[in-house]
Amino acid sequence: MKTHSTFTYRRHRELLLLILPVMAIFVLFNFGPLIGLVIAFKDYMMSHGILNSPWVGLENFHRLFASEDFPRALRNTVVIGLLRMTFGFILPIVLALMLNEVRIHWFKRGVQTLTYLPYFFSWVILGGIFLMLLGSDGPVNALIQSTGHSPVNFLSNNGWFLVVLVATGVWQSAGYAAVIYLAALAGIDPGLYEAAAVDGANRWRQTLHITLPCLIPTIVVLLILSLASILNAGFDQIYNMYNPMVYDVADIIDTYVLRRMQTLDYGLATAAGLFKSVVGLILAVGANWLAKRISHGEHGIW
Amino acid sequence: MKLTTGEKIFAGVNLLVLALAGLVTLYPFLYTASVSLSTAAEANRTSLHLYPREVSLAAYRMVLGNPDIIMAYGNTLLRTVLGTLLTLLVTCIAAYPLSRKELPHRSMIIFLILFAMIFDGGIVPRYLLIRNLGLMNSVWALVLPTMLTAFNIIVVKNFFQQIPESLGESARVEGASEATILFRIYIPLSLPVLATVGLWTAVMHWNQWFDAMLFISDNSRQVLQTLLQRVVIENSTQMMEIGAANASDITQFTPETVKAATVIVTILPILLFYPFVQRYFVKGILLGGVKE
Repeated sequence: MKTHSTFTYRRHRELLLLILPVMAIFVLFNFGPLIGLVIAFKDYMMSHGILNSPWVGLENFHRLFASEDFPRALRNTVVIGLLRMTFGFILPIVLALMLNEVRIHWFKRGVQTLTYLPYFFSWVILGGIFLMLLGSDGPVNALIQSTGHSPVNFLSNNGWFLVVLVATGVWQSAGYAAVIYLAALAGIDPGLYEAAAVDGANRWRQTLHITLPCLIPTIVVLLILSLASILNAGFDQIYNMYNPMVYDVADIIDTYVLRRMQTLDYGLATAAGLFKSVVGLILAVGANWLAKRISHGEHGIW
Repeated sequence: MKLTTGEKIFAGVNLLVLALAGLVTLYPFLYTASVSLSTAAEANRTSLHLYPREVSLAAYRMVLGNPDIIMAYGNTLLRTVLGTLLTLLVTCIAAYPLSRKELPHRSMIIFLILFAMIFDGGIVPRYLLIRNLGLMNSVWALVLPTMLTAFNIIVVKNFFQQIPESLGESARVEGASEATILFRIYIPLSLPVLATVGLWTAVMHWNQWFDAMLFISDNSRQVLQTLLQRVVIENSTQMMEIGAANASDITQFTPETVKAATVIVTILPILLFYPFVQRYFVKGILLGGVKE
């Protein structure tokens, strides 16, 4: 290679010249904010700036866990995260299996296109639509009243609000999540089904003994990886749908951080955000390790 | 293949349940479209509003006659076009050197990118950074921070790695620079993956509201989503008041029809592109796992 050394050097220099400016931007916007994390350990005063505000050690974290709101937000985050994970995990599999059984091509495509649609809209839009649909004057309550029942406070009753969150969350993402399973289903060797049919297995038995076992690896990996994002309980959705009446069950860490920030309690907001980021990092590394171990190194986030 | 009676019943029930799932997905949009096209009296009627019995375009006249909406549309269009083009450009420039095994410090750079993907500082530090950089109330606050994402870089890098190295090698022998090889050989060969990344990015920009809520306070810089949020989520009546001052047919719309019309105006561009976008989106999901 010696004869090529200047050639190689030129090549390296050119590649580095390409990547250095973009990496500088990447580092600025992704690692620049990490400097601001010191605010979690400071009594942040806007007039002093980040670096000159006085240190307070773990004071912000003490305040955080001694308060009433943060432990509640932490609990709500985990509860909503688990609910979303459970339902948001089962229904896409069911949807994919059902779609996989359809032999009428245009119907399959049509249902897929429709169920996939809500994924393309922001929760500002979807939240707005559901606030109209589920409000006290909305069509859902009109229907309930026309059957002689009293109207339901979907948006201000704690229990109902959780139901609404989970149901609309699944409604939005099930079609999207099903795509991954449909791809896994398409990858199953058709020879397996033919052999089973020869052996006299009906469609139900084929589903039970071929389709499901073939899906299990995908299911397990996706389930483990969804554990990593359990603390992302759906900020976009909740922020656009909740109201003070349901804070008891719907105030999550992200909404708590935003409200603390809006009341200019930056120290507390940063501490809460840092807590979430660190736990999230541990979960992501753990989930990735577990997913890789189970799939023998084939699957993982990285 | 002959189906047994049981299998026929199952197939029927299956179709029925799926059709129902499709209808449940469609209904909220149908309701919104129907209310947006209704007269005030029709909108106030207790009904499922599957279709408007009395049609009126008053709500649309009001929404589209509102200069704030037109301005917000322009701002959203600007961030979407600018954001998507910049994302594609810098993602390619970052992905190309990373696709080359001989890049010095390659694994360290990839580690940095992956670390940024799983750890972020939270919104307060992000907000302070944008403020300290003097980007508040600027479209740059909306396009620069999201321009480089680990997912996009790695998807494009993986695609670049599938392009035969001999193509670049022969150009290099003829004295082509690395930048020339990237722009003349790699990018033209990567249009499918770039279309996918571009569409992901465009839809993301069209729908993004949180960054605009944090970083944009100037009314003339507001994007469509934050305006929609004020009208639909926070029930701001400002739009109604402006509308009432401008419109002659004030009795023709209600807060509900105006909200619904604002929603429809916001989602219409996505709906129009949807059949086309969907194909690439499915591809994008399946590019899937961000892997080395």
